[in-house]
Amino acid sequence: MKHRYLPMTEQDRSEMLAEIGIQSVEELFADIPEAVRYKGRLPMSEALDEYALLRHMKRLADKNADFDSHISFLGAGLYDHHVPVVINHVISRSEFYTAYTPYQPEISQGELQAIFEFQSYICELTGMKVANASMYDGATALSEAAVLASGAAKRKKIIVSTAVHPEARQVLKTSAAGLGLEIAEVGCTDGVTDLALLAQAVDGETAAVLVQYPNFFGCIENLAAIEQLTHDAKALLVVSANPLALGALETPGKLGADIVVGDAQPLGINASLGGPTCGYFAVAEHLMRRIPGRIVGQTVDRSGKRGFVLTLQAREQHIRREKATSNICSNQALLALCASVYLSVMGKEGMREVGGLNIRKSHYAAARLGAVQGVKIAFDSPFFNEFVLKLPEGSDPGAVNAKLLREGFLGGYDLGKDYPELAGHMLIAVTEKRSKSEIDEFASVLEGCL
Amino acid sequence: MKPEQSLIFELSRPGRAAYSLPECDVPAEESLETLIPAELLRSEPAALPEVSEVDVIRHYTSLSRRNFGVDNGFYPLGSCTMKYNPKINEDVARFPGFAKIHPYQPEESIQGALELMHTLQSDLAALTGMDAVSLQPAAGAHGEWTGLMMIRAYHEARGEVRTKVIVPDSSHGTNPASASAAGLTTVTIPSNEHGMVDLEALKNAVGSDTAALMLTNPSTLGLFETQIVEIARIVHEAGGLLYYDGANSNAIMGITRPGDMGFDVVHLNLHKTMSTPHGGGGPGAGPVGVKAKLTPFLPGPTVAKTEDGGFTLKEGGPQSIGRVKAYYGNFGILVRAYAYIRTYGPDGLREVSENAVLNANYMLQRLAPYFEVPYPGICKHEFVLSGKNLKAYGVRTLDVAKRLLDFGYHPPTVYFPLNVEECIMIEPTETESKETLDGFIDTMIRIVQEAKETPEVVLNAPHTTEISRLDETQAARKPVLNCSCG
Repeated sequence: MKHRYLPMTEQDRSEMLAEIGIQSVEELFADIPEAVRYKGRLPMSEALDEYALLRHMKRLADKNADFDSHISFLGAGLYDHHVPVVINHVISRSEFYTAYTPYQPEISQGELQAIFEFQSYICELTGMKVANASMYDGATALSEAAVLASGAAKRKKIIVSTAVHPEARQVLKTSAAGLGLEIAEVGCTDGVTDLALLAQAVDGETAAVLVQYPNFFGCIENLAAIEQLTHDAKALLVVSANPLALGALETPGKLGADIVVGDAQPLGINASLGGPTCGYFAVAEHLMRRIPGRIVGQTVDRSGKRGFVLTLQAREQHIRREKATSNICSNQALLALCASVYLSVMGKEGMREVGGLNIRKSHYAAARLGAVQGVKIAFDSPFFNEFVLKLPEGSDPGAVNAKLLREGFLGGYDLGKDYPELAGHMLIAVTEKRSKSEIDEFASVLEGCL
Repeated sequence: MKPEQSLIFELSRPGRAAYSLPECDVPAEESLETLIPAELLRSEPAALPEVSEVDVIRHYTSLSRRNFGVDNGFYPLGSCTMKYNPKINEDVARFPGFAKIHPYQPEESIQGALELMHTLQSDLAALTGMDAVSLQPAAGAHGEWTGLMMIRAYHEARGEVRTKVIVPDSSHGTNPASASAAGLTTVTIPSNEHGMVDLEALKNAVGSDTAALMLTNPSTLGLFETQIVEIARIVHEAGGLLYYDGANSNAIMGITRPGDMGFDVVHLNLHKTMSTPHGGGGPGAGPVGVKAKLTPFLPGPTVAKTEDGGFTLKEGGPQSIGRVKAYYGNFGILVRAYAYIRTYGPDGLREVSENAVLNANYMLQRLAPYFEVPYPGICKHEFVLSGKNLKAYGVRTLDVAKRLLDFGYHPPTVYFPLNVEECIMIEPTETESKETLDGFIDTMIRIVQEAKETPEVVLNAPHTTEISRLDETQAARKPVLNCSCG
């Protein structure tokens, strides 16, 4: 059967072979040494027709519990926020999604302007001066920030709070091993970075202090105090921030951060089992020429019309090769577009409102869940939309979650996996999507599961 | 004449809104300051635009019309494999059971996703001739770095200090940049007059400090490295490993496999070979495959089959390089790639590569009389021309590229690889018809004619786009990187 994506007909083939002056396609592979030719038939999954493939994929998808079929209280870096309907319509415009990096600006102004607007949005949210076109995800953006800071400060020691996402810290360790950076972790008290321990750890060798805002436990770090400690030692302050929370919380830029990174997933990007999401990366002006990745700048064409181009490329791998600021050669353009459309839809008032809803609903949930027999709210520190529950002595969050799943809920994150001292603790996320009745029901079902 | 395209910020009018949020059905009489100390709250709201939903849709529709994708027309961008992005892949990736799932859900509630990943791991291992695959890396360059970190860990585990990564001068810029990010140093070796690795230079470069050779095969010149068996022997005998940059895998599916050529580590660009859309620059996915001796170093987690026929996430072992990305890779891209593999099957994938190579050779044959051909003979899925014969008329490759815009084509890759003067690198892919190829070829011939007769037409191109050539120097000298609308 003729394949629907392959337009070459038998007649085309013979005409093309004749033009080249050969008899068969095999002759085009004559340069491949006999010894390395693959003789068999690849032992791979077999082809399916379109209808069979749709059914097969549906069958696989239906084996998963999703945010439509279940009520989620799961966060830990990825959140079940409402995704405005228009986003999918915009990113489904194939002029956007079937294009590559805008190397030809005259026919790529749409993407270039979309990225320029994304950079502008990130600057607005974070309070920073310069943002790039995006990174793979929040975790890799944090590692790149550590690398930048080490280069800028000409120091090798990176201090990271244990309240930074465990997987981001793992990625950081992997990267650090490559570059010979020293990673020192600083622990927490009452769900936030312990300032006394931090003060002890920061010294003249410290390139950067890395914290998360709100942190992995949902608590809001005292950035003002951390900033002072960090800058007193002439180290750089790197903040990994939830961009949705920045609609409500003071900006890291205003509080003196040098680099602000994070994952844009809360801004209208589907969770998709954790990827693809979109990392963002913003810096203070003095670090502009050290920033990794693509950057779009405004300029003019020959007739003086405003236009946009990829710029400051002297930092990048295709020019600098081994001396580049990073090996990244792409961005997450389509997901950055999701985030931009989200922020366009939400606007000034919407971002304030959604932040307020997350705060109010999570605080209601904390009060409600904290009142469940034997359950306690673990920390007193202020939080945004996530908080830690201490389950009754002897409870296993994994077993509790298995029961919750049967009742139609995705329960909270089991913190004991990463923090032995928090065994029996569960991280609960409550977004604007959760209704009072869902929260109440979750509380009573949880009570029954314990 | 059309008015200048507005920025979304310029459309803002106080009091307009495009959002609709769930109601606040929890007690809200208290002010936020009673829940969170006032000093932690934002002192002034973010200066985001206030627009209606119609404004949002018109704005982004307008931007999309100022953008060119594969669905708009021929996009022969060499080394990027701009093939057709099948629509069914987009549809299935949006199924709620794939798009709206959380990586920390109980494993029993994501069995379909894990099954898909497990099958994809094994399909990609079969395709590349490798023993194990990690789906974690987010892009090709990320895969390169992951692979080099594994190579480094492998040598260190054997008590060897090997810090040099050898790359040919035709390699992608990411190769040396990835080596640096892995704490390794790069040694660049020249290509010989046939565009192949210079074996003498390789022999001189390898030694007890060689960590790896990174090679793209076929190379960025579109040439199959015929000496690959000898190259593998030289590197392995020196104690180094071979890294396969899979950017050009579209030429070889089912025909030859990196594992059989002697490579130890490979990455694939699913956004090239496996048709997942480039998205305007991402997201992609760059899974890595390894031979058995490197399996212990793979980043975690990978998906394993359990005894009862289920699937489970397996963290990396004690020798693993660790995690390279949060969660489990770009799953949404993996879904699309899997759907693509299931659309073709093994026979279809082989046909993909055969057609891609035939298309490229046909174009090379027809264009050869009009340009310089630095490496005559057969090519694989792409080929390079040199536009230096046009310099006599004052026309450069860049001008040819800009003139192509007037005819509705995305230009080929230009000025890469760096070792070919005035380089034009053309990759048609298998999804283009003979009429499309002929139309492009005839246009290229016409532009060569124009360069001779009316060079100003080429030099001032493009003439039909909304924007003419942009001042890149000004953009870099006085950077304006955001609209500072706040």
